[in-house]
Amino acid sequence: MSVTSPTNPARTTWRVAEVVEVRDETPRVRTLKLHVSDWPGHKPGHHVDVRLTDEEGLQAQRSYSIATPPEEKMISLAVERLEDGEVSPYLAGEVRPGDRFELRGPIGGYFIWTVASGGPIVLIGGGSGVVPLVSMLRHRAAQKATMPAKLIYSARRYEELIFREEIDRLAASDPNLEVAYTLTREQPAGWQGGNKRLDKDSLAALVPAPNVNPQIFVCGPTGLVEATARFLVEIGHDRGRIRTERFGPTSA
Amino acid sequence: MAQPVISRGFRARPRLDAHQHRIPPGQHLVTDFPVLSAGPTPEVDLAHWRFSLRDGEQVLGEWNWDEFNALPQTEIKTDIHCVTTWSKFDTVWKGVTVDDLLRAAGRDGPPAPYVMMHSIGGYTTNLPSADIVNGKAMVATLFDNKPLDPEHGWPARLVVPHLYFWKSAKWISGLRFMPANEPGFWEELGYHEYGDPWKEQRYVGD
Repeated sequence: MSVTSPTNPARTTWRVAEVVEVRDETPRVRTLKLHVSDWPGHKPGHHVDVRLTDEEGLQAQRSYSIATPPEEKMISLAVERLEDGEVSPYLAGEVRPGDRFELRGPIGGYFIWTVASGGPIVLIGGGSGVVPLVSMLRHRAAQKATMPAKLIYSARRYEELIFREEIDRLAASDPNLEVAYTLTREQPAGWQGGNKRLDKDSLAALVPAPNVNPQIFVCGPTGLVEATARFLVEIGHDRGRIRTERFGPTSA
Repeated sequence: MAQPVISRGFRARPRLDAHQHRIPPGQHLVTDFPVLSAGPTPEVDLAHWRFSLRDGEQVLGEWNWDEFNALPQTEIKTDIHCVTTWSKFDTVWKGVTVDDLLRAAGRDGPPAPYVMMHSIGGYTTNLPSADIVNGKAMVATLFDNKPLDPEHGWPARLVVPHLYFWKSAKWISGLRFMPANEPGFWEELGYHEYGDPWKEQRYVGD
């Protein structure tokens, strides 16, 4: 008895990933650029499972979204350090170039967007939930795609906006990409963006109207995703056009 | 892989001996209750809620909310395991076992070897029928003696604790027995057709 799958036809085997470069994106988020032997390729929105093994043979597994687009040869993960985490303090702290761990993927197949899926698209991210959305934006830019795209990105503070400079650069060079930030805890002097959590009014103002029928991707902590998806449905967006991915506090 | 890759400088959390036989490979223990769903949480009106058992297209039994709650109620305490690697101990669920549902529909057992779980919102997941009878599964309406939270499946979800928890369909509206196995939502997308956490059957081919 077997089930054939259009997206993951083969077994998802563990591969060795070697850290090529580490880069601090924010005080708590670090990007790991990885060389993965025989990486089969992925689509924007896919994630991977990471498996760490310590010297006593004890292992720990966690899932991380891929930040890079399919066009890049190496994949990057952006890992947020959770203070009481078992895995993230290692990946976002201790790890340095040359270190190795196991990884398998790509995993997922629903929270996925490629330029072939068309637009308009609305990407709504909270905190490190922006990572798979940035993979989508990078892919869109690499393909020089022109369908309307909007990123709505909620973070606590300005310095916690992951990939902010790159996102601003993409938006500045692309008339079809709009970006809206909201900072829920603290805003710098002269801040022009939003200053509270996304609510029904702000979403109604920011998201293209339901009659435009945008594809909407929402990724972030459970509270943000639950509330945002509910508001979007109340505003009149088709449930079937809203795809969600939730990060629990346990994605450490 | 024959030789695991040692990650320099990584120290896994010590596993309590008492947990060795309760935490499947690759899982870790949590105390909160994370959420995993592919879309918005459905809105459900109890006045229109129905739960049905079907053999293919034939309806074997159908219950509204009051009728469903009048069926024999069973409480279980069980560990649960999510494919995203968290496990949670001693969760308490109350609801109607699939055995009691079949009995209420006048059946001794499942009418076909496979079953598709159907949820409000269109979610599906498939299993061999043998995995949801003989006390192995229930349609739960209470968690910790309280109604389920909407994001955890209110008003009713399947609970099949011996398999990864995506099999425990939230917002369940019915079971459809079928003669041959068919993939459900995540199973179409590369997740394992069976999902035994003790064999770490997360994805196709595991």
